[in-house]
Amino acid sequence: MTKEMNLEERFQAYVDGENKVEPKDWMPDKYRKTLIRQISQHAHSEVVGMLPEANWITRAPSLRRKVALLAKVQDEAGHGLYLYSAAETLAADRKDMIDDLLSGKAKYSSIFNYPTPTWADIGAIGWLVDGAAIANQVMLCRTSYGPYSRAMVKICKEESFHQRQGYEILLTLAKGTDAQKQMAQDSLNRWWWPSLMMFGPTDDLSPNSAQSMKWKIKRKSNDELRQEFIDKTVPQAEYLGLTIPDPDLKWNEERGHYDHGSIDWDEFYQVIKGNGKCNKIRMKARREAHANGEWVRKAANAYAEKQAARKAQEGSAA
Amino acid sequence: MKEQLLEYTLRLGDNALILGQRLGEWCGHGPILEQDIALSNMALDQLGQARMLMQYAAEQKGGDYTEDKMAFFRDVTEYHNCLLVELENGDWGRTMARQFLFDTYNYYFYTALLSSADERLKEVAHKAIKEVAYHAQWSAEWIIRLGDGTEESHRRIQESMDDLWEWTGELFTMDDVDKLMIEAGIGVDLSRVKEQWDQKVDQILELATLKRPSDDWFQSGGKQGEHSEYLGFVLAEMQHLPRMHPEAEW
Repeated sequence: MTKEMNLEERFQAYVDGENKVEPKDWMPDKYRKTLIRQISQHAHSEVVGMLPEANWITRAPSLRRKVALLAKVQDEAGHGLYLYSAAETLAADRKDMIDDLLSGKAKYSSIFNYPTPTWADIGAIGWLVDGAAIANQVMLCRTSYGPYSRAMVKICKEESFHQRQGYEILLTLAKGTDAQKQMAQDSLNRWWWPSLMMFGPTDDLSPNSAQSMKWKIKRKSNDELRQEFIDKTVPQAEYLGLTIPDPDLKWNEERGHYDHGSIDWDEFYQVIKGNGKCNKIRMKARREAHANGEWVRKAANAYAEKQAARKAQEGSAA
Repeated sequence: MKEQLLEYTLRLGDNALILGQRLGEWCGHGPILEQDIALSNMALDQLGQARMLMQYAAEQKGGDYTEDKMAFFRDVTEYHNCLLVELENGDWGRTMARQFLFDTYNYYFYTALLSSADERLKEVAHKAIKEVAYHAQWSAEWIIRLGDGTEESHRRIQESMDDLWEWTGELFTMDDVDKLMIEAGIGVDLSRVKEQWDQKVDQILELATLKRPSDDWFQSGGKQGEHSEYLGFVLAEMQHLPRMHPEAEW
């Protein structure tokens, strides 16, 4: 017991000294579990997050946009891979993680349970959803777990590119025809509040945050990150000539930040509970892809085994 | 001659665009993340080639034609892709079978196009050849893997191969456009491509323990603008937004 305490204290001192924890280092069991949960959720979010955008690949309104969108969604699949690998360094198994996603046991970012009915949503996702994700991920580049932090550095570079792309889609719409402007505004109306919810509950209601902050997994609070995002995004909306759907939004000279209206946390918890427009649709798509791929994965494994056996036989014959 | 060169350019461009569009449908739904990424790569290569060819076609048309006007404002009968690429994706095996049959053709086609007398098509071929060589190798590996995998995968891929076979004939039929382009040193002699294709396909089918389907009947017409029912839906989906806002920029 005392020895364990000492290890934990030493671990804390190590983390406090801004050192990175590596896979073979000793770590508290709860630190490992917290990270596996967080990284696998993050990986699932990348994979499920492909769906609302992939929805527009076949309908993108120009060839240039089509190529850019396809490449973007492909990047997200790549991020999913980096993150599953980062979780595997903590002795989590990719198959188990995916089973947990498909069974509904594991969560993914609730934002992807919102639909993308118009092309402008592809712009809004890039600008706002990727923007909110970046605020979180820039912080995670300094997270205490080495492999997670390194995966984040890679991911952040691509995400900033995606965000510029999304903003540029909206800028083109905002400068376009009346119908296009309307499309952009409508999309902002739908995505603004869900994007603010992406940072999670307010600090006083975020139970896991304190321990994660202490271990330097998380380095800024939900409210701090949300405020940063709002402060950064409001001028961008002004430049687009679009109106943020919050009548209480105004600059607070004293705080040096924007004040904003209250977030509808009931909606947030409803979507988490499974009542968003697309919760069931997203899970159905993932389950179907997995089930339809079953025979393919089996065939690939069977073929690989046959090949290995043939090689072994050739080897022993020679 | 000008007309035929445009049609020839569109045949190549439409093959790439429609196949890229079809492959794009897979994104997010692949059997495993790594293969989802790989198939998106194929789609991106096809769309990249499509853009070069649409730009060239737009230049030939002149006036205010652009790559997007070529892609989004032509109707079914003005499309010149072969029928094979517009067929539905089906399961992973069917997509791989379609890909293998087309990629193998495309590889030999572009290899021959490298010495085209038309500078622009030659340039496209030089950019495309590395990509299509990789595609042909990748899809051939999948045919072998599925054919020589499990009983189920063997059955499925054989069925797909049997179903798709009748759509491969027009890849090699030569009409007046082909003949004129060959005479001008621009186009590719498809009888030579057919020999190479036959040899390669036979070799891969054998490695995959699959039977070569019989040459009973071949569909044709895609190159001349006579399409199946599928293409209309592909275009409706692809074109609806620009057509709804014809004056808009995106």
